[in-house]
This record gives sequence, C-alpha cells and structure tokens, in this order.
Amino acid sequence: MTGIVGALVEAWDELRIHKLRVLLALIGVACAVTAITGVTAVVSMLSQSFSEQQERQTGRSVTITFSASPRTESAQADTARLDATYRETLERYGIEHASRRFYTNVEARFPDGTQPIELQAVDAEYGTLMRLVPDEGRWFTDADEGAYAPALVVNETFLRTLGHADLSSHPTVEVGGDHPVLASIVGVTADPYPDAMPSAFVLYGQYERWLTGAGDDAAASMGPWQPLPELMAWVPREEHRALQKQITRDVQAAVPGFDVWSSDNDWDPSMIDGATKWVGIGVGGFALLLGGLGLVNIALVTVRHRIREIGIRRSFGATSSRVFFGVMLESVVATVVAGLVGVVLAVAIVKNIPVDRVFGGGIQDMPPFPFSAAAVGMAAATFVGALAGLVPALFAVRVKVIDAIRY
Amino acid sequence: MSLLELTDVTRSVVLPDDRVLHILRGVTVAVDAGEHVAIVGRSGTGKSTLLNILGLLDAPTTGEYLLEGVPIQRLSSRTRTVRRGRDFGFVFQQFNLLPGRTALENVTAPLLYARGKQFWGRTRLAAEMLDRVGLGDRLDTMPEKLSGGEQQRVAIARALVRGPRVILADEPTGALDVETGGEVMDLLDDIASQTGAALVTITHDLAVAARAERQYRLAEGVLVPITLDTGSHWVGDVPTQVADRGGAVERRLLPGTSTSTDDDVQGVHA
Repeated sequence: MTGIVGALVEAWDELRIHKLRVLLALIGVACAVTAITGVTAVVSMLSQSFSEQQERQTGRSVTITFSASPRTESAQADTARLDATYRETLERYGIEHASRRFYTNVEARFPDGTQPIELQAVDAEYGTLMRLVPDEGRWFTDADEGAYAPALVVNETFLRTLGHADLSSHPTVEVGGDHPVLASIVGVTADPYPDAMPSAFVLYGQYERWLTGAGDDAAASMGPWQPLPELMAWVPREEHRALQKQITRDVQAAVPGFDVWSSDNDWDPSMIDGATKWVGIGVGGFALLLGGLGLVNIALVTVRHRIREIGIRRSFGATSSRVFFGVMLESVVATVVAGLVGVVLAVAIVKNIPVDRVFGGGIQDMPPFPFSAAAVGMAAATFVGALAGLVPALFAVRVKVIDAIRY
Repeated sequence: MSLLELTDVTRSVVLPDDRVLHILRGVTVAVDAGEHVAIVGRSGTGKSTLLNILGLLDAPTTGEYLLEGVPIQRLSSRTRTVRRGRDFGFVFQQFNLLPGRTALENVTAPLLYARGKQFWGRTRLAAEMLDRVGLGDRLDTMPEKLSGGEQQRVAIARALVRGPRVILADEPTGALDVETGGEVMDLLDDIASQTGAALVTITHDLAVAARAERQYRLAEGVLVPITLDTGSHWVGDVPTQVADRGGAVERRLLPGTSTSTDDDVQGVHA
C-alpha cells in the first residue's frame, strides 16, 4: 500500500516540479483526447440528427406501414372490422406506438375564399411516430378525441392564409363541404418545404365523426376504388420482419377483396457513424501518436538529466522496480491528467455547440455525452503514457547506482 | 558480533583492454554500533569504493561482508536495497540534494520508501529532523538559497531521518570551509552519538578523521589502522605523526596486474 502511494506521490512531485516540461509534453496528448472524445460526441449528435430527420419523413425506426387497396371495383371494405383488426393486432403484439393515417382533401374557409387543403387524419400517437413537435401550440392529446369540435394542427402556410401570425388569438376555421364544421387550431408545424400548400392534421376519430365524406375528399373522388386508412406501427428492429408478415396476414383476413401490402423504413442508423467515427478515431489516434512521440522524447531527455537524482533515490532504498514504476508513473500520471483535461475540453466544446444552427432541425433526443469515448480517450492516453514512460523507465533502471550518484 | 564486518575483501574490475584493475585488496575492518570510524586516503585510493561496498551500493569481488552477522551474498538484491534504505544513511561531499525541492521535501524523500508510521508521518518527521539540525525555520527554502553548511545540514537531516544504524559520510566537509566543516562534523558526531548510529567517515582531511575513535588509512586499495591526532598532516602520500600499527604500506604489483598504476586507480575513483 505504502509502496503504491509512495510511487504516486513521487510521480506527482516530479510533475509538480517540472510543470513547464509536463505542460509542453502533454498539450499534444490533451488535444488528441479532446479530438477522440469530441469527434465521437459530434458524430453521435450528427448521427442522431440524421436519424431524427429521417424519422420525421418516414417514422421511427422501424415503422411498418400497412395499406389496403381494393382488388376489384366491387370490393367493399368493412372499415369497422378493419379498425377492430388494427386494434386487436396492436394489443396482441404489444405494440405501444401506432397510428392510423388517412390522406384526404377537404375545403377550408379562408378570408379570401374557400380553398381545398391537404388533410391527414391520424391518431395522437402519430406525433411520437413521426417526431412531430409543433413550432407553436401543441400536438393532439387523447382529450381532443372527445372534444365537441375538431382540433387541427396546421402548417404555417395554413395559419398565414387564415390571416393569423400566431395562435395567441385562438384561431378557428370552418372546414368541410356542404356541412362545414368549426375547427379550432391547437398547433402549428413548420412548412415541410418552401411554397407548401395549406395542410392540416386532424385526429382520426374526429375526422370520422365530423368530416367523413366532406367535400371532394380523395377517397370520394376515387369512387369505388376507395383506399382504406393505413396503419403505421413502430416495432422493435429485431422483430419487425416477423411482425410485418404476421400483421399483413391478419389485416388481409379482415378485408377480403383487398390487396394488403406493407412497407418498412428499416435502415441502419449506425452506418453513418461507422465511417465518421473511424475518421474521428483515426485523426485522434494520429494526434495521440504524435503527442506520445513528443512525450517519449522529452521523457528520455529528462531521465538523462535526472540520472544523478535516480542514483540518490537508489541510495535511499528505492528498488529497481520502484524506480521503474516511478519513472513510468510520472508519464502515466501526466497523461491521465492530460486526458482529463482533454475530456473536460471536449465536454465544454460539445456542450457549447449551437445545435439548432449546426444540425438542421435541431436534435430532439440529444444523445448523452459519449462517456465511452471519453473512457477510450483516457485509456488511450494512459496507454500512450505507459508506452512513453517505458523507454525512460528501462533506461533509469539500467543505470548503475554508483555511476548515477557521480553523474 | 559487529554491525559491519569486512574480511579480506577485494574489489577489482576488468578494464576494456582486459586488464584487471584492483581497487581494494584484502580489506578487513569491523564497525560496531555507535562507533565512529574514519578512513583517510588520497584521491583515487579506493575510499569511495569501500564506502559503496559498506553501504550496499556495490559488492565485493572476493572476501566476506557480514551485515549483523549475515553474509550479504545471501541477501537478494531487493533485500539489500531495502536494508540500504532502512539501515544506512549517506552524506555526500556534494550534498546531492534533489533539485527543485525544498529542504523539507528533500528530507521527506527517503521516507517515501519507508513503511507504516514513517511513511504516513513523513512530513512531520522531516520537519522535526530539520529542526534538530537547526533548520527549523528554513523548511520551505530551496537548496540553492541555502549556504554550503546549511545544505550539508539538510543532507545530514535527510541521511538521519529514517533512523539509520550506520551513517556513511563521504568527504562530508569536502565542499565546506574549515569552520563550517567543523560545525557540520560536530553536528554529525552529536546526532550519531545521540541516535547510537555507527558513523563511518571517509575523508582526506586528517583533522576530520582525528575526531573518530578509530582511524584507518587506505592506500592503493590496502587498509591499515593508524592513529591520528589533531596535529596530523599529509606529507606526500603519508600522514605525519602517524603510528602505523599495521606495518608500512607498500606498493605491490599483483600477478596479472603488472601494468597497474596510480593513474589507473585514480581514473576509476576520480
């Protein structure tokens, strides 16, 4: 115990006394650890940002979408049975996040006239599935299902066309054809692209209650070839293939005469970080190598200058192993300190990145700071320290005590 | 049983041209606990080599060295190192203080290799020892800010802080003026006698050697007992007023060393 503590105290004393040397030697190591840790963190954020952007387009990974189209003109769907099948399927397979989705067009009364809008009837879970967070107001809640007037989440163009700059005045809009209904706007999302048409989301239950058959919806315009609402289900990646087959079969049984097909958005988010991470580790590793070489160089020169001191310590009873580990620990303690500084720097840099500006669309689920990368950086720094200390330590041990004292 | 006992010890080295250089030749000496022994000799006569062997920094080529009755050949390298730190305190001519460290840190340094209370109480023990050598008010002073005498006192405190049984002083006054050298030797004598440690002083200063209870003269690797008094001085290679109890020292050429010269010896010991 005293041996270990003694060696550490000795190593720390050396570092304390040779601050400038240590500082110069360790700047490279600290930078390398910052690079390894920081790049890994940024890559994680980049990867997360990319994933989230993908998920805003196609749903969480993995989302399976089940659709049904009539096989013949005479095919009639029992939508109540389909809904029940969807519900049972989700319960049977324990799927927590799922939503129906139905695209249609309805008319909306704007100050400058009636105008058709794109309407998506979805369930409240759709927001989670598609990472939909309104820029203003809120997304749907279960409470909206039972409201006496439909709630809408509209895009910016919709709100602007309605003549409102924001939701402070609690705007409402009449939607529907012959029997319009007054809907209240509860949230506003960003336009998905410039010059977007007015569009809105409505809860599926509300749509069925208030807007089915309203105006020139797409379904009606297709006559007997009326499509059915899709089902989107967010499922675990490892189970998605089996679930896709099983649910397709279940849905098919519920709508005879319809073709049921499914698609998934399975893509491997780790692909992006694979390459970038290796680039980061490569850059960091190279920096660490250079830092380590500088450290070896300075350590060797220092040990040559310290031969007499080593001899004096041997006269105090310092064993060869103690001298060896003492010299090596100096290097290791130094690089560990440098590694810590590097990690702190990396944390400071990563925490101060203007996420919204750097990563378009921001990051909803900020990935945690990659402590594994910090640990890898620290371990690499310690390893380099040990390697850098090895050569001078061997040199120190091989010096004869008598010669060393007279050096 | 003596604390240290050398019997017929030799030390020789093979030179690069394969000649054998005999540094010590048949040295026999015993040192008891609390005793003060001085060894005098001109530069290059093997004094430091003898001190290194006594302090376990070097080993004899032939002969026997008993440390408290145990032949040191029986001790492992590690044990010799540990005993060197525990039982021996070294005082060097050039002080050999660790650069960049305060007086207190210098005296603390040997305690880093100690165990138990000595290790954990190292700062207190070092401060007490510095106080004892009269430097209680210079704990945080760097060696370069101290006078030669003060630096040697720090070195003495460092040699004594682990409570060694033997103090080996190699020319302890060599870098000091006469007056300061006298003060340092007074201190060394006092502390050695207080702690009961044996003191082996190697010096070419006959006045310093005369303080010891027993004196030896080392010439060309041969150790002979002599008697010195305060009026002794060197005449050539020989102290005057010396009662040579071991017979005249002759310069002999041993078999196989026909080319051995004083210069060779000095070359190794300088």
